Parts: sequence; structure tokens; C-alpha cells
Amino acid sequence: MTDLATDPLTDTPFVVGGREFASRLVVGTGKYRSNQEMVDAIRASGTDCVTVAVRRVDLDRSKEEGILHHLDAAEFFLLANTAGCYTAEDAIRYARLARAAGFNEFLKLEVIGDQETLLPDVAATIEAAKVLSDEGFKVMAYTNDDLITALKLEDAGCVAVMPLASPIGSGLGVVNPYFIREIKRRLEVPVLVDAGVGTASDACVTMEQGVDGILINTAIAAADDAVRMATAMKLAVEAGRHAYLAGRMPSRELAVPSSPTTGMLD
Amino acid sequence: MSADSIRVRLNGEDREVPGGLSVRALLESLDLTPDLIVVERNRDILKRDDYADVTVVEGDVLELVHFVGGG
Repeated sequence: MTDLATDPLTDTPFVVGGREFASRLVVGTGKYRSNQEMVDAIRASGTDCVTVAVRRVDLDRSKEEGILHHLDAAEFFLLANTAGCYTAEDAIRYARLARAAGFNEFLKLEVIGDQETLLPDVAATIEAAKVLSDEGFKVMAYTNDDLITALKLEDAGCVAVMPLASPIGSGLGVVNPYFIREIKRRLEVPVLVDAGVGTASDACVTMEQGVDGILINTAIAAADDAVRMATAMKLAVEAGRHAYLAGRMPSRELAVPSSPTTGMLD
Repeated sequence: MSADSIRVRLNGEDREVPGGLSVRALLESLDLTPDLIVVERNRDILKRDDYADVTVVEGDVLELVHFVGGG
């Protein structure tokens, strides 16, 4: 037996690409109503890793609006993404720009295949993952909940594979827990669920599938009270992880009494 | 505009900038913090240490990018 037998609260460290993270929750920095709300929510989530996007500086603004004017890069590990890219070539270009910012070699690779659903172009994602892994990037690849693609991304050198729970920003929760479990069961690299979580119960159910971590943005940013939702997500991720490690009871469609059936009065 | 200004393409827009500026001076003239900006010049990413040494020339295509909020 593992240490779990003696200390029910121990867990294996959460390590991605050789780096250990304190929290299994990664939080996105997009779409908050204010920079202050973003920072407060991120702190409430307990995360030590946040995603950021690469964009042109807006030259017509009177003030520079880069996120690093609001977020302390010493406090949070910055995971740059290639959000908004529709080709492998574009994603590779954005990845190189992100690395040139000088923080780390980790990258959340995302190649979108369709504007309406924002579902990934998995062929282009695999192609970009190979090129970037060869260039020394530690690629964490956003992908569909498809086992074969996940295996190919692992073969391509990705340090983590990140299947969606449901489409980006949809808040539909885990639409296919079986495939998420299969991906986790078959891959050796960490599996993080990325996209689709809508509320705390979704995050909990996601973690109960046994995945290593979860990335949440819209569900926190779009809540009426982002800071409180970030707190809920922190607790839900912890709860789901504990429930997974605890090993749930089998579900059955029959009632089984929890109190003794003997010793009843005549 | 002065006689020695040059035309460059800056973040997708045609702009006139003074001739002879280094990339670093260009960023500062735009009120940008060089340490937080990544510069792509004619599709090549510049090293930040080179910003002061690289001169912006006529016809340069420059992309100035930084990190913004995103998932």
C-alpha cells in the first residue's frame, strides 16, 4: 500500500515538465471585469500558475495595458498560450514570441479549427507540438477528448495533454467523463482538463475522474462574484481530488440500508 | 513630419517615425516598457539585449507584442 494508507491526506506532487506546482488548479487571466478583480480572484483560487495570451500592443491607447503591469510574475508562474491561432504556423510564431518574453519555456498550445465551436484542429496541434517540442518548448497541448489524439500528442513530446471537458467558454461541464478517464488511464504525462467547466460541481466531477489538474478561466471570470467563485473552484478541485484518491463506493440502482436491519422492535 | 522620417509598418499600421531610432528608443517614444515588450522585426524575433543596437530602417515591418489576459 502507499502512504495513503497511513495518511489519508497525502498526495503525489503535481509535476509538469519537471516543475512542481502547488495547486492542481491553473487559472486563466482573461475576461475579468477589472484588473483588480482578476488579481483578487487568482489569489483566492490558490493557484500558482496562470495563463496569459500574446497580443499586439495597442498603440492608440494612452496607457500600456499589458497584464504584467497588474500581475506580479514573481508570484505566479506564467503559462503563455497560443489562443486565437488557427494554423500550426501561427501557433509556432506566437509560441516563439511568448518564449522571447523571457519567463519560461512552457507553452499552452492551442490551435483552433472552427470559429463557431472553438474545437481544436488536432492535426495542426500535433504538427505544432512536434516542432515546438523539438525546439525545447515544454508543450501542454489543448485538445479534444479523443484518446488517439492524446496519445499522438504524448508521442510528439508534449509534457502534458489537456483535453476539453466541453467547448471553451461553454460552461457545460464534463460531457464525456469516460473519455477523460481513458485518456488519463493511457497517458504517462500529466492530463489536465482545459475548458468547459461552468461551476464548482463541474470542477469537482472533473477531478473525480482522476485527472492531474484543471484549467479554468471563464467560469471564474464570468461569475457574478469572481472572487467567491475562485474560492469555490479551489475547494471543488481539492474535494474532487480527495474523492478520487479516496476511491468512491460503487454506484448501484438498488437501495441498501445504512442502518442495521436487525434489532428492530416487534 | 521631419524630412528625415522613415516609413515603417508598426503593428499592422503604416507609420512615420524619426529616422535613426534604435528599437529601444522607438519603444520608449511610444511610452512602452522595453522589458515587457517582445519585438518581431521582419519576422525575426529580436533579443531584448539587442533593442538598443538595432536601428529601425525604412520599410521595416515591426510587431510589438506583450502578454494580455487570456485562458
